[in-house]
Amino acid sequence: MKTWKQLQTYLLVTPQTLVFLLFLLFPLLTIFVVSFWEFNGYAMSPALILGNYKAIFTPVYLATYLNTFKFTVIVWGLALAIAYPVAYFLAFHIHDLRWQIGLFVLCTIPFFTSNIIRMISWIPFLGREGILNQVLLNLGIVQAPVDIFLYSDFAVVLAMLHLYTLFMVVPIFNSLVRIDRDLIAAALDSGASGLQVFKEVVLPLSLPGIAIGSIFIVTLVMGEFTTVRLMSGGQASSVGSAIRNQIGSLQYPQASANAVILLLVTLAIVVGIMRTFDIRKEL
Amino acid sequence: MAKFTRRNLIQTGLAAGAVLAAKGCANSTDQSESTEATTETTTEDGPKSPEFNANHSKDVTLRFIGTGVSQINEIREKAEEDLGFKLEMRALSTDDNNQIAITQPGQYDIFDGEYFSLPLVIPSGNLRPLDVKRIRQFDKLVPIFTTGNLYDGAPVNESQGTAPRKVMFLTGEDSTEFADEPTDWATLIPFQYNADTLGWRPDLVDKEINSWAQLFDSDFQGKTAILDIPSIGIMDAAMAIEASGLMTFSDKGNMTREELDQVTEILIEQKRNGQFRAFWKTFDESVNLMASSEVILQSMWSPAVTAVRARGLPCQYGPLKEGYRGWGGGIGLSRNLSDIELDAAYEYLNWMLDGWLGAFLGRQGYYSAAPENSKKFMEDYEWAYWYEGAEAAEEILDPFGEKIAEKGSKRDGGSFEERMGNVICWNSVMDEQTYLVQKWNEFVAA
Repeated sequence: MKTWKQLQTYLLVTPQTLVFLLFLLFPLLTIFVVSFWEFNGYAMSPALILGNYKAIFTPVYLATYLNTFKFTVIVWGLALAIAYPVAYFLAFHIHDLRWQIGLFVLCTIPFFTSNIIRMISWIPFLGREGILNQVLLNLGIVQAPVDIFLYSDFAVVLAMLHLYTLFMVVPIFNSLVRIDRDLIAAALDSGASGLQVFKEVVLPLSLPGIAIGSIFIVTLVMGEFTTVRLMSGGQASSVGSAIRNQIGSLQYPQASANAVILLLVTLAIVVGIMRTFDIRKEL
Repeated sequence: MAKFTRRNLIQTGLAAGAVLAAKGCANSTDQSESTEATTETTTEDGPKSPEFNANHSKDVTLRFIGTGVSQINEIREKAEEDLGFKLEMRALSTDDNNQIAITQPGQYDIFDGEYFSLPLVIPSGNLRPLDVKRIRQFDKLVPIFTTGNLYDGAPVNESQGTAPRKVMFLTGEDSTEFADEPTDWATLIPFQYNADTLGWRPDLVDKEINSWAQLFDSDFQGKTAILDIPSIGIMDAAMAIEASGLMTFSDKGNMTREELDQVTEILIEQKRNGQFRAFWKTFDESVNLMASSEVILQSMWSPAVTAVRARGLPCQYGPLKEGYRGWGGGIGLSRNLSDIELDAAYEYLNWMLDGWLGAFLGRQGYYSAAPENSKKFMEDYEWAYWYEGAEAAEEILDPFGEKIAEKGSKRDGGSFEERMGNVICWNSVMDEQTYLVQKWNEFVAA
């Protein structure tokens, strides 16, 4: 009887395991293997060379990695700054469940269209002859159109925030509504000020939510290339766009090496976040 | 047993929704690439129907891959009507097109690509050398593609880079080696080509544009753009750099490492000075940059210029004193084709040179590989405007019926001989291609 139970467990996990092996582990291994191959200008051949990795540790690629970190840190910081108040407001200031759901749906409205369309729609808005510049010119705030609104780092960060902030709002909101309101009442009864309640009770209990949101943002932004390319007018680069360029010129081994390093770096950040916060508590 | 409350359920649902949305985002970043490459004509590569019968050419479906510029529905419909079999077109970016041609030979029957791609594609052995004896109009081809001698003394005869004449023929039926002289085995059968140059908005540029050097003119700081396709962008950059007198090349079409280092350095300096507004990869991006006035001077492709004009905006595409950068596109056949499908593919090649297609593309500003044949399908005033550089006797319409030039206007750059004859370099794949791509990435990343 007991063996049947054990067998049952194994049978249940088999499909998922196979899917993982076939569609995650196998491709990853392939990428890893190819990253040591050789490339001669138009074709790759099996080899065991480190040249593809060495090429990454050159100023250009290091600059590309730094640029990717820069976008990640800025987007993460701003997303947190925007998402926390929104989630806090939804969790603590809206008491009616129907309103809570309604406002939440409001937050997700941008997600009703594809993310490419959401991104591209910024272009006519931010352009030199775009709505924003026209308004500023007409109000006399600026004398000449502002160039840095579009095809700049500013545009990249703006579009990414628009695309990804919700991924921070949801987990934070989730952790905030789970906080036992009695804890807050107890803290207030013990004479804590509003700020102290936030610092000592609410913030620590919402950290797992922040951690989950951060994982979302970090993984999304680290792998970005479309937003970076479109919103910077092709002028900024990220590791993703460098990989994309290399694939475009058939340099699969070099692209694979970059992918491996990017994966390791991203995993390291995610592991760092998981070690710092106990996310399981949240799930 | 966990207790489900309504509130709990909703929260879990929302969290799950976020995960789904996150996954959705990851997927749609992949899709963006196909969006960039004009998806309109893209069709599925479905398996052939179970009733597929190899005895009837009307049941044949030929799968094309090509760049967005020539994957036009009107062309497909006309070819299907005239030939009686089906065509499936997939529009891709230049990079993806080469990539699929080399790595996924099972994905296509017909490769619609550029001559400069051939040094990359031919060694893969995926393209079948074409028997020129089966091409009925082969002797009507413009000599640019065969002997390389357009007319005596034409600069194009000595042009640098991956000129079509250098990669047009193979040494034998099973060869992957390029022949120096015309042979009976061709790589691609050409159908469109042009002389590319700078395009600008005359309403926003208030000085005369006559040199590639003006791409680096500080008056246009932040208002110029170049292509982010290494093999093409590097040639535009070389033209601008050479014209500015910043450096000289022994052969622009085949630069040395030192020359590539120097070019990259100059480009990075220009980029840091804010000279460029954007880099573009697909032709519609260049149209949008120009039409929205984000960019007022850039290297352009002819159909992009007609597209800007069709929106009612002035756009000039002028001759420059240094000459033009040329490119040529043609059709190659996959080695997988056999029997009736191969016959059908040769039929398509012959149809392509019959003239209708050349006339259709001619109204976008491309030249036909067999101009005499295309002339039959064009009105006299159209031929005079596009090929002879004469004044338009009537309004000039593009193939879709939009007006692109007034009565009395002339084609920028003049006649076919003046334009194609002055091509001094071609889109290029160099011996140092890997290094070129690496340096180009440095420039984009800088």
